[in-house]
Amino acid sequence: MPAALKHCIVALLLVLMPATTWAASDIRLAYLSMTVDRPPVLSNLDVWPEDEGLQGARLGMADNAATGRFLKQTFTLDEVVLPEDGDAADAMAELAAAGHRFVIADLPAAALEAAVAAAPPDMLVFNAGAPDDHLRGAACRANLLHTLPNRAMLADALGQYLVKKRWTKWFLVIGPRPEDAAYADAIRRTAQRFGAKIVAEKTWDGDFDLRRSAATEVPLFTQGPSYDVLVVADEIGDFGEYLPYQTWDARPVVGTQGLTPTGWHRTVEQWGAAQLQNRFQELAGRTMTARDYAAWAAARAVGEAATRTQAGDMAAYIQSPAFELAGFKGRALSFRSWDGQLRQPIGLAAARNLVTQAPVDGFLHPVNEMDTLGFDKPETACKREGS
Amino acid sequence: MTYRTLLAASAVLATSALSWPAAAYTVFVSNEKDNTLSIIDGTRNEVIETIAVGKRPRGITLSKDFKTLYICASDSDTVQVMDVATRKILHNLPSGEDPEQFALSPDDRHLYVSNEDDNIVTVVDTVTREVVAQYDTGIEPEGMAVSHDGRWAVNTSETTNMVHWIDTTQGVMIDNTLVGQRPRHAEFTKDDAFLWVSAEIGGTVSVIDVPTRKTVHEIKFSVKGVQPDQVQPVGIKFDKENAYAFVALGPANHVAVVDMKTYEVQETLLVGRRVWHMDITPDGAWAYASNGVSGDISVIDVADRKVVKSIKVGRYPWGVAIAP
Repeated sequence: MPAALKHCIVALLLVLMPATTWAASDIRLAYLSMTVDRPPVLSNLDVWPEDEGLQGARLGMADNAATGRFLKQTFTLDEVVLPEDGDAADAMAELAAAGHRFVIADLPAAALEAAVAAAPPDMLVFNAGAPDDHLRGAACRANLLHTLPNRAMLADALGQYLVKKRWTKWFLVIGPRPEDAAYADAIRRTAQRFGAKIVAEKTWDGDFDLRRSAATEVPLFTQGPSYDVLVVADEIGDFGEYLPYQTWDARPVVGTQGLTPTGWHRTVEQWGAAQLQNRFQELAGRTMTARDYAAWAAARAVGEAATRTQAGDMAAYIQSPAFELAGFKGRALSFRSWDGQLRQPIGLAAARNLVTQAPVDGFLHPVNEMDTLGFDKPETACKREGS
Repeated sequence: MTYRTLLAASAVLATSALSWPAAAYTVFVSNEKDNTLSIIDGTRNEVIETIAVGKRPRGITLSKDFKTLYICASDSDTVQVMDVATRKILHNLPSGEDPEQFALSPDDRHLYVSNEDDNIVTVVDTVTREVVAQYDTGIEPEGMAVSHDGRWAVNTSETTNMVHWIDTTQGVMIDNTLVGQRPRHAEFTKDDAFLWVSAEIGGTVSVIDVPTRKTVHEIKFSVKGVQPDQVQPVGIKFDKENAYAFVALGPANHVAVVDMKTYEVQETLLVGRRVWHMDITPDGAWAYASNGVSGDISVIDVADRKVVKSIKVGRYPWGVAIAP
């Protein structure tokens, strides 16, 4: 801010007269998360932010409050961060007893399932931390919505772009952890869905330190098959960072490293996203991640409902066809009625550039192109709608 | 004159310098990602000059006498004042941080600036070059408009989804009207009876009755072959007669022509990619629309409702302002 302006502001007339037609109300949300012990990884360049997710929820509440003051609405966030061995079900029951009806749950899948089981039916839980597909399928719940994209959505976003580029022969490299296997499952599903072929599949079980030996290990590991892209499933970022530029053939690396599908990334700047990134940076002192975005979107969904219903039946409104959320991704976001997943564009990001955003042009859908990503209505395993 | 006869005319006049039938005027275009202003000669419809301005120029507007051009240089946190005759930047105005759009009072004295990152509208005195007031708004204030009679200054906040009404006679914000998702632009009809507000993500234009500040109509748009959620209204301009509105539909790559009495969308005109803002020539004959993604300007024949030319400008052209 120019110095001259600072002087001016002292003498400024700050005027605000809120409209008087609204009844005052306080809307309470809770943020529930759990400390997760992250295993050591080979690629230890990035420090994982301890407040990931939480800062997104805080920003969403700040955004809600800024709108709320014109409507005499205030917003309160109760933050509960459990220790690693904490009991999410107990915590949820306590939140319910304290009168909470909207909870942003930033939990691993197992803890989330326990927590939702302990939540009363009139409590709406937003999953902002677990990408697991089964939570949108057989394990779905009537009072559980998901703002974090699931693995099937991410894989479909990546798959659409690869198919559009005609890079349809995939070499799949899978890490040793269960979540890597789940990511690989999603990739396989996508390949089948969009007509790509997995021409080779290998499990990474190296126990050597790749920082010293990537140059010798990776060429040998990737030698042999004829493929277009190397798709890596390494969710914790253990070895995947060492694959690019080391493959036997000159092939791009995509998946959990390289070109990565994600719900949010610091390279997203169109559609007003630059403003959201700025606000987040100012609040948290770091860049916004996909988990932060998911928590932000959950808080904003409640805020939007409070605005539109004048703090009426917000849970019903959020799940109604009238609901839409401007989420800085160029399309109106809303929840799929069949599994509670937030339909949203997925960015395909490299380290410093956003390559594209899915749904990719040409992948058509009779109702909403965003439903080409993840589980569409005809294929859902969720009985949420009861049909 | 139709496009066809116009083409014939230009063929005949090929040896002459005159190939465009409009009156002489100058079109200014801000290029958001080039930090430049493209200047188009309206008689030839060619870029005749590109000048360097502040960082991330977005909203631009002319004084009523067309002698001064105001430029929001968002990342320079200032409003630049350019002399139209010499095309030199005369001075900067204090604008608050991240100015995006603005509107001038009818007497050219006060500039109402939306400060997108600060949730504030800043009012700058263009003569004393001082900030005279600031108003708290919702999140991401964007669209700004001042009624032709000077009574109202309105601001749209993109994430709060409201129109904030500043009564300029009292200097207070007196009301807020809830509109569709992500309101981008506001425009008073020439008689000040209605305020039109576009909602980019909502996909609608709200027509608000100014005396009651209530929405009386919501205009929906559809473009053949374009998914509904890609139809995203942004810029709005009314023709000289206050009979038809031109609405830029963003990534739908079309400009809609709306009957201002019946609110019927009569036509959609194909323009460049992600069309943002527009201005209409003082004689009412031509509309110029900025296409952000394709980096060009579409020239629309207002009477014939035909796109007659596209002019390559800089990267991410944003604002358009036309001087005689």
